Amino acid sequence: MADKFKETATVLSQEEIGSKIYSLWLSTEHIPALSRPGQFISVFSRDSGRLLPRPISICEVNREKSALRIVYRIAGKGTAEFSTLKEGEQVEVMGPLGNGFPLECMEEGKKAFLIGGGIGIPPMLELAKHLKGEKQIILGFRDEQFLTEDLEKYGKVTIATEDGSAGTKGNVLDAIREQNLTADIIYACGPTPMLRALKTYAEERGIPCYLSLEERMACGVGACLACVCKSKEVDSHSNVHNKRVCKDGPVFLSTEVEL
Amino acid sequence: MRNTKVTIAGVEFKNPVMTASGTFGSGEEYSEFVDLNRLGAVVTKGVANVPWPGNPTPRVAEIQGGMMNAIGLQNPGVEVFCKRDIPFLKKYDTRVIVNVCGHAPEEYLAVVERLAEEPIDMMEINISCPNVNAGFLAFGQDPNHVEELTREIKKIARQPIIMKLTPNVTDIAEIARAAEAGGADAVSLINTLTGMKIDVNRRTFALANKTGGVSGPAVKPIAVRMVYQVAGAVKIPIIGMGGIATWEDAMEFILAGATAVSVGTANFYHPTATVEIIEGIERYMETNGVEDIRELIGAVK
Repeated sequence: MADKFKETATVLSQEEIGSKIYSLWLSTEHIPALSRPGQFISVFSRDSGRLLPRPISICEVNREKSALRIVYRIAGKGTAEFSTLKEGEQVEVMGPLGNGFPLECMEEGKKAFLIGGGIGIPPMLELAKHLKGEKQIILGFRDEQFLTEDLEKYGKVTIATEDGSAGTKGNVLDAIREQNLTADIIYACGPTPMLRALKTYAEERGIPCYLSLEERMACGVGACLACVCKSKEVDSHSNVHNKRVCKDGPVFLSTEVEL
Repeated sequence: MRNTKVTIAGVEFKNPVMTASGTFGSGEEYSEFVDLNRLGAVVTKGVANVPWPGNPTPRVAEIQGGMMNAIGLQNPGVEVFCKRDIPFLKKYDTRVIVNVCGHAPEEYLAVVERLAEEPIDMMEINISCPNVNAGFLAFGQDPNHVEELTREIKKIARQPIIMKLTPNVTDIAEIARAAEAGGADAVSLINTLTGMKIDVNRRTFALANKTGGVSGPAVKPIAVRMVYQVAGAVKIPIIGMGGIATWEDAMEFILAGATAVSVGTANFYHPTATVEIIEGIERYMETNGVEDIRELIGAVK
């Protein structure tokens, strides 16, 4: 049986949860049951002039309702269009795509950082639900918070804001240092400068660190080779120092990739 | 039973619908969505004599009704390709056309030679990718070079040769005639049109490569026109492509003179496009009482 599907989803609800940040629950036949934390879906525009799907990470899954939630920021015309979707309307989606976060490397007694920066926060929610052990959730915002309350249900949340309006003034690493937090493993998604800093932080301490990367995509399934990242070693599929973010990732061990 | 089979250089295809090089990998990724046995052929992503890393990212950008790419022909090299991709494709009942790329004649010839004993049906020679570096860009744009390279390749090739033409020329018919004079068994067209997109907020190029190849429905009228022009200029068969997303698009190319068609960018947003086009062509033949698809090739009035 196929492990990914292109299908028509029905909008269950949509809510603006921050400025230009939207939470969209979709009901769809096959994708929710197959989704793992850290995977993403491709969302298609209803405007035939906008051909390429927008890759958006899965924030939450409700298997009983065969539903999934995406939380996204309006970044252009495609996402602006998605933000107008109303309950009962339909939208084409494809997924689940990508590899997702590895869950098996965490166990009871171990401590993890789940680090989300800005619009990289949403995949941390489904991850937090499924991960074993002690979950320390570190969230970095520019100013306004979102998803904080959702995440507080699954672990201790530490906040960093650039403007100092809540938590530590600064970035997620400033918060970790200020609170003297430590972890055995790191999971992170967010802007590249944050991921780069975490890669260094983790490698200096010898901590396994799983980073979810982002890159411009076309096909979303590994065929077009648009969304590559630099790999440390020659990749077994590409036979060069490139890995496909959509197919081999989006989650990579920090030591596998160059940022 | 209506006939959808077409023949190019002695190779029979169960139907005229193929995948366009670079949009379908070597079929594996899309085999989850499409039964590859249904396709007339899989045309693979370009393969070179050695692995190519391709261009920096971003490698793609969207435009109204299309997209731009500057992948830079990233490929694993012909050795890995022969060990992994050809055996994968041979599991299916479809024709295998291997797209060959290079920076210089000796690189093309090395790939063609390496493929000589491989169980592939045809080779498509990419003399037209706009995204690879070097003054070599002029290669597919110069009829003398095209004729000479075609002749060199034909001397050593064991499989029939398709020369893939660039639309970025003054007169594509002249290039097609040069390929025919050099002994090409067929031509395919069009490759992408060179374009540019600028992000006005960041004041940067949308693609790291600055320029990229434009594809998708936006280019289709140009491609249909060029297929029609080339059909009037050469006797060898034409494989038409450029923005084909529906069976109506495919029929335009066939009526303009293409013996077969390739589906490219549409795979990215409609992974089952190829199969739906095959079914649409069959329905069109049924509705219009066409017994043989070959009656429609170049049948525009």
